[in-house]
Amino acid sequence: MKRLAVWAGALALAITWAGSAQAQSTLASVKAKGYVQCGVNTGLAGFSQPDSKGVWHGLDVDMCRAVAAAVFGDAGKVRYTPLTAQQRFTALQSGEIDMLSRNTTWTITRDTSLGLNFAGVDYYDGQGFMVPKKLGVKSAKDLNGATICVQPGTTTELNLADYFRANHMSFKPVVIEKLEEVTNAFFSGRCDVFTTDVSGLVSTRGSRAPNPADYVILPEVISKEPLGPVVRHGDDGWFDIVKWSLFAMINAEELGLSSKNIDQNLNSTNPAIQRFVGASGDLGKMMGLDNRWAYNIIKQVGNYGESFDTNLKPLGFDRGLNNLWTHGGIMYAPPIR
Amino acid sequence: MSTAPRLRRSWSLYDLRVRAILYQVLLVVAVGLVAWFLILNTTHNLEARKIASGFGFLDREAGFAIGETTLVAYSAADSYLRALTVGVLNTFRVALIGVFAATLIGTLIGLARLSRNWLLSRLAAGYVEAMRNVPLLVQLFFWYTVIADNLPGPRQALSPLPGVFLSNRGIALPVLHAHPAHAWMGAALAAGAVGAWWLARWAKRRQALTGQPFPSLAAGTALVLGLPLLVFLAAGAPLRIELPALRGFNFSGGMTLTPEFAALLGGLTTYTAAFIAEIVRAGVLAVDRGQFEAAYALGLRPRRAMRLVILPQALRVIVPPMTSQFLNLTKNSSLAVAIGYPDLVSIANTTMNQTGQAIEGIAIIMAVYLTISLAISAFMNWYNKRIALKGARPA
Repeated sequence: MKRLAVWAGALALAITWAGSAQAQSTLASVKAKGYVQCGVNTGLAGFSQPDSKGVWHGLDVDMCRAVAAAVFGDAGKVRYTPLTAQQRFTALQSGEIDMLSRNTTWTITRDTSLGLNFAGVDYYDGQGFMVPKKLGVKSAKDLNGATICVQPGTTTELNLADYFRANHMSFKPVVIEKLEEVTNAFFSGRCDVFTTDVSGLVSTRGSRAPNPADYVILPEVISKEPLGPVVRHGDDGWFDIVKWSLFAMINAEELGLSSKNIDQNLNSTNPAIQRFVGASGDLGKMMGLDNRWAYNIIKQVGNYGESFDTNLKPLGFDRGLNNLWTHGGIMYAPPIR
Repeated sequence: MSTAPRLRRSWSLYDLRVRAILYQVLLVVAVGLVAWFLILNTTHNLEARKIASGFGFLDREAGFAIGETTLVAYSAADSYLRALTVGVLNTFRVALIGVFAATLIGTLIGLARLSRNWLLSRLAAGYVEAMRNVPLLVQLFFWYTVIADNLPGPRQALSPLPGVFLSNRGIALPVLHAHPAHAWMGAALAAGAVGAWWLARWAKRRQALTGQPFPSLAAGTALVLGLPLLVFLAAGAPLRIELPALRGFNFSGGMTLTPEFAALLGGLTTYTAAFIAEIVRAGVLAVDRGQFEAAYALGLRPRRAMRLVILPQALRVIVPPMTSQFLNLTKNSSLAVAIGYPDLVSIANTTMNQTGQAIEGIAIIMAVYLTISLAISAFMNWYNKRIALKGARPA
């Protein structure tokens, strides 16, 4: 199944009409079909996971919904394509999805030779290690010779190899593609260590561990993992829309606008808020959208802080680096003007 | 045919042969055009999206680790080419062992199903039905879960025999410490094999001339096993065994069969064996009862009747479908991805993902599987020709 998707993607890449990318912009094709096709994780609690009714929730999912709200004025006009780490880029390159919002790390290779554009950062992360408490390991430096569960096709896999090489240690990787299978392997004891982004560790421990208290996350964070939504090269207009949908959510939190109070702020005299809600200026038109694009995002999806609090806080996430720059974090968006 | 009068060649469209040629030319041109369009369009799309292409990435450092390697050493500092080589060899390893094991198990089950023992034949039939009707992927997950979930951690490993440890890290086995005499033993083994082959030829010719049988099987076995043993004893029986021992997180020393490899091999073997069992059963049933009776009437004992009369005829029926089972097993080994055995597809997938060059990656996968499949096919065709009815007209 997984391979099928990659193959189908490659085939699609081979038979898409050469001119079609230029002839029809992503925005036009999204408007024509009536929904945003969004690539998400197959199931990572807090970022993208369907609930018991099949409705997707999470920080990454909110990015898709924000774009739909900006384009259609309706955050519900999204269709989700759950993707594994390996399928995600092919799906985006081939045009199977319009945007990818799947805890994907921004790196130079992906930004250039994979033909992708990162539309900003919606979560500042770093890679960590989780071990069973009973192993008695206190630091990642004690992991020489360990068997480590990891997912393929991720920056995680490369950071892991780099870290052990740099510290002259050895390890045995167990590389399994599906998140469910790799975490099963870890919780059943096949591996001593599970490694991924710290957000993924917290989420996995909170949602999948038989007893979360039996597992500890080691203090070392061995990499920078800025995660964000991604679009493909060649459509700057669409790139702008996705980028500014994210920035709108961050700016809203900074301006104190939330889904609860944005209606009261429609008549605000603050010029920054006037521009934001579309009461003055033609900011939406400049992107080919309605001038109330940002209002729609905040009204229907909420600001960045609201999304964080609904999706991640219940799982035990701290704002940390992801707090606004005005509150000691590094979350900072360019101004909407 | 050759005496038929030669017809004058006409180039009329009403001539069947001319039309046949025309259709073929048109088909080739159409296929060629489609291929040309696909290639042109792909390169254009790749360029338009500024996606890198070409095979230059093969020389770059791979940067990811691989859990197990066959024959060649590999580290994260090696190139993608080397990583893919490791993948190909891992595929070879599981396919080769799998083909032999599946043939062995399948033949036994197939013969068991023909047995007059009611219990044995029912058991064999149950095995075949159960294995054939459960998807292979499910079976792989089953094996993997059985091994990873039910075995204890390395610190509480089971030790059924001294030096053998069973844990959820796999099966740790002792290995022989290499000694120069072992290479000579290998040479002796080869010499023994050649000797046995020559002996069998000689015995066959003598029997054909004089009618006197010679126990060439027993003598051949003695040659094959005896020569290496003699060398071993002559060298002073150099035997040092390296035992696996628990160090830190895991066993080191000795040899470890990982749970991924064991699960994949177990799943592929038992699954394919069910199909092979049916092929063997069909092959034996295809030989007419009269052949048994004729063989007995000639005074052959059951075992010789089986070996000299029945099996050669059954093999002709068995070999062609067997080829496709071997091919299936090899191709099914790509399901390894699901349980984390680093086979070619698994490593190529990772490579594609790190480099973004899906088309090149898939081309490599296709080329390798095509080569392996054609090689198996060529070998089996050669073997099939060898055992075909001698003197029979080609159909």
